[in-house]
Amino acid sequence: MSALTATPEIDGAPRIVLEARNIVKSYGHVVALDGVDFDLRAGEILAVVGDNGAGKSTLIKTLTGAVVPDSGEILLDGQPVHFKGPLDARHRGIETVYQDLAVAPALDIPSNLFLGRELLAPGILGSVFRRLDKRRMREEAEKAMADLKFRLPSIASRVENLSGGQRQGVAVARAAVFARKLAIMDEPTAALGVRETGQVLELIRAIRDRGLPVVLISHNMPNVFELADRIFIMRLGRRAAVVSPKTHTMADVVAIMTGAVKVEAG
Amino acid sequence: MSSATPSAPEASAGLFSRTKAIPAVGPILVLLAFCLVFAITNPRFLAPHNQSIILQQTIVVGTLAIGQTLVILTAGIDLAVGAICVLGTIVAGKLVLLGYDPLLSMLFAVFLCTLSGFVAGALVSRLDLPPFIVTLGTLGILTAALRLISKGGAFPVQDDFLGLTGNTFRVGSFVLTYGVIAMLLLYAIVWYLLNETRWGRHLYAIGNNPEAARLVGIPVRLHLLQVYALAGLIYGLTAWLALGRIPNADPNALQTANLDSITAVVIGGTSLFGGRGGLVGTLIGALIVGVLRNGLTLAGIDPLWQDLVTGILVIVAVAFDQLSRRRR
Repeated sequence: MSALTATPEIDGAPRIVLEARNIVKSYGHVVALDGVDFDLRAGEILAVVGDNGAGKSTLIKTLTGAVVPDSGEILLDGQPVHFKGPLDARHRGIETVYQDLAVAPALDIPSNLFLGRELLAPGILGSVFRRLDKRRMREEAEKAMADLKFRLPSIASRVENLSGGQRQGVAVARAAVFARKLAIMDEPTAALGVRETGQVLELIRAIRDRGLPVVLISHNMPNVFELADRIFIMRLGRRAAVVSPKTHTMADVVAIMTGAVKVEAG
Repeated sequence: MSSATPSAPEASAGLFSRTKAIPAVGPILVLLAFCLVFAITNPRFLAPHNQSIILQQTIVVGTLAIGQTLVILTAGIDLAVGAICVLGTIVAGKLVLLGYDPLLSMLFAVFLCTLSGFVAGALVSRLDLPPFIVTLGTLGILTAALRLISKGGAFPVQDDFLGLTGNTFRVGSFVLTYGVIAMLLLYAIVWYLLNETRWGRHLYAIGNNPEAARLVGIPVRLHLLQVYALAGLIYGLTAWLALGRIPNADPNALQTANLDSITAVVIGGTSLFGGRGGLVGTLIGALIVGVLRNGLTLAGIDPLWQDLVTGILVIVAVAFDQLSRRRR
């Protein structure tokens, strides 16, 4: 295994959408992030992997605004940003999908897709009477699902009548519709079975193919290798390596994750 | 990959199903069944005079049930419905007795009721106290305070403005009061809020999955506060309707308002677990409670039996709710 040569940078650098430089975050004496560098490129799926406690979730929280780092810089499209909270990150075009199916089961698909961002009717009905434009939301939901080639029994179905994969599909589609810069998927398939996981992975790929870069956090190595363009490996609060699934095997990645193999992190 | 899943649960919940096409079809069937039984056992039941009385008897519980619906949709429960309404009648009545302007007295009473709801809402949403305990405490505090203020006794409220909602008009052989119209108007307004606006959509989402609501940026705490305050406002307006029904401010009134309003909401198909149901069902549910009490009175049965039957009804309705929940 000593012959392993991980290259933190892969050649032909496309535009960087989201970049983090030297991020530090401690909780009391525990250093969760010890100077992490991170970059997400246009049009890619970047998988983030690491053992429990490696700092994955803290890193993601700093990128989604849920945690404010002690020091370090975050750049979105080259511009420094300071997220005050998750809503702030959302307003800037970063959408997050969580593992625990963040949908309202008794509401239908369009209501879930537009939850928190409902469209109002034009004219006085919307501005004074705050009336929802249900038809337009329905039409746009139908269009979004068709664009993503995600098949559902009926757009008017309540989400509780869908399978787990379809429900998560609705959450992923919501991110795809509203994310202007990137989407972050935090263990999106952890609660799903094998077949349902397949549906969601297909959807994530469709999103990437439409040009939206995706950060995918996952414990599931086969999924990571199936989907990722690059794999960002964390260990002990730092970036251990960034590798390509084409040049490295799962065993290599696990070895870097656990520290069996050390890599020069750039 | 997805076409193989038929949407079975939609229509499978039996009487209490909430199908999209015809809301509240289950409650309507229950209402018709009760009407049929009472109509067969007593011919006076269907007389326009009696039907008018049922509508008038439904006003207070029916209007309180609007606020109760809002609270239950957030997966809460309001045990202070009756107490807050009685607060309104006593404050308005007392102020008018003391010589204050009736309109201002009523407005002040409605304001106090809204404030009561607001305080309960603040305790629920900011301190995360269980709604059950907050409203049970409110019930105890208000009941005791009102008895102290009124020295335990009821007093008549003879004022044209406070009794305004009791004024009648005829529609054919039916006699309706302004109160009936006011109740239906309130139903229409709150129905619109619930079904046609963001505010209502967010209310359902919060009742359904508060975590998801928070994650999409809905201000969950603020929304809960608004719900309890609006419910308090509705209970205050109900006080005006109650004074139109019976021109009497009684600290011991509306003892069964909790049972009746919760029964109306639940039998109307709104889930105690939050996020499901609506006002059309609640109106039907309130009519069911009204029909039941009226029918049993006509049959000359001891009023205590009415409470007993209502108690059974609410448990049966909740059991249906629980069973349909398991199927989901």
